[in-house]
Amino acid sequence: MSLSERSGSAALLDAQAIRKSFGRTDALQGASMSVAAGEIVAITGPSGSGKSTLLLCAAGVLRPESGRVTYDGQLLDDLGEAERSRLRRRDFGLVLQFGQLVPELTAAQNVALPLLLDRHDKAASFAAARSWLERLDADELADARPGEMSGGESQRVAIARALVSGPRVIFADEPTGALDTVNGERVLQVLLDVARETAASLVLVTHDNRVAASADREIVLRDGCNEQRVDV
Amino acid sequence: MLCIVGRMAIGHVLLGILERRPAHGYDVKRIHDERFPSAKPLAYGQVYAALAKLAKDGLVEVAETHQEGGPERTTYAITPAGVESLRAWLGATESAGPYAADELVRKTVTSLLRGSDATAFLQRQRITHLAVMRDLVAARAEAPSAAVSIAIDHTISHLDADLRWLETAAERAAADRTRSA
Repeated sequence: MSLSERSGSAALLDAQAIRKSFGRTDALQGASMSVAAGEIVAITGPSGSGKSTLLLCAAGVLRPESGRVTYDGQLLDDLGEAERSRLRRRDFGLVLQFGQLVPELTAAQNVALPLLLDRHDKAASFAAARSWLERLDADELADARPGEMSGGESQRVAIARALVSGPRVIFADEPTGALDTVNGERVLQVLLDVARETAASLVLVTHDNRVAASADREIVLRDGCNEQRVDV
Repeated sequence: MLCIVGRMAIGHVLLGILERRPAHGYDVKRIHDERFPSAKPLAYGQVYAALAKLAKDGLVEVAETHQEGGPERTTYAITPAGVESLRAWLGATESAGPYAADELVRKTVTSLLRGSDATAFLQRQRITHLAVMRDLVAARAEAPSAAVSIAIDHTISHLDADLRWLETAAERAAADRTRSA
């Protein structure tokens, strides 16, 4: 069976018939995606096809105008803002193209942030942060601020931050898009290794075929919808 | 000389193997296949024919022949002329490749020129390419050396170029259908 033909059975996260507009632009017009526990899924498609919007809707960052997002049997729409925030901090890890670290904080503080916001013990939070930085070969950056880091270094710190709370689903929006080939490969490999080691699901938005080829399954979007498979 | 360079690509690859140390045909094939894991494995007949041609041209010579129970084995060594030829080949650039002759392009263009809907073919081809690329990406992650990674990178880069071309072709085919509708 091909990469694209398998459907995600026993979905941990399921987004169905999602519609989302920004002003007069219809970003999503009924797109769907699902990911099973431990599955690695790539969302691909041309620029403007709605890949990032679908990822952000599935991650509970954006609220769709219509459609259903279910995580572990729970409808996200039934959750209040505080509960959604808690879910994003505890169960979801989000990696964006440019890291989006807090510029005033050191790498260790950035990585510890989700745990500190969740009222974890300070010493334990920093110990976990340093452990993840070490895992990502970024321990020497612990006291550096984002302005002092290269693109690849920032991205590894951002991944450490996304993983520190032990997420069950990792969302990565063009995680290698701002990196050169070798650094991009390294960052991708870390994401894949961690997802496999921890049995986390990984949702990758990408326009890079090499990244798409690393996934178990590909979901192709076109004009805000899932691409229709044509059979002859 | 350029003509010889063009015709003797496999021969020069074998010269590159023999430059490290003399070897017999079986070893040359094995080293080639390890060195180029994503290339089609060499057939023994191809190896022996290439070695015979190299010997005829004075680029390799028979270093030793011995037989212990099994078939006779001939060990070949590179000659100074072989080293010189190898250096010339390594220093010469290759043409970028006649993509118009590629089977993929021939099929898609023929399909479009016949007025057929190429979308299904393009989708299937993307799935095929992506599956091969997935195997190569996995092989590269396990590559024992930078040299093997670099050889795999070359195939991946070409597949990636094909995939990007397929995406563009699908978009152009869709736009073409919209225009004709």
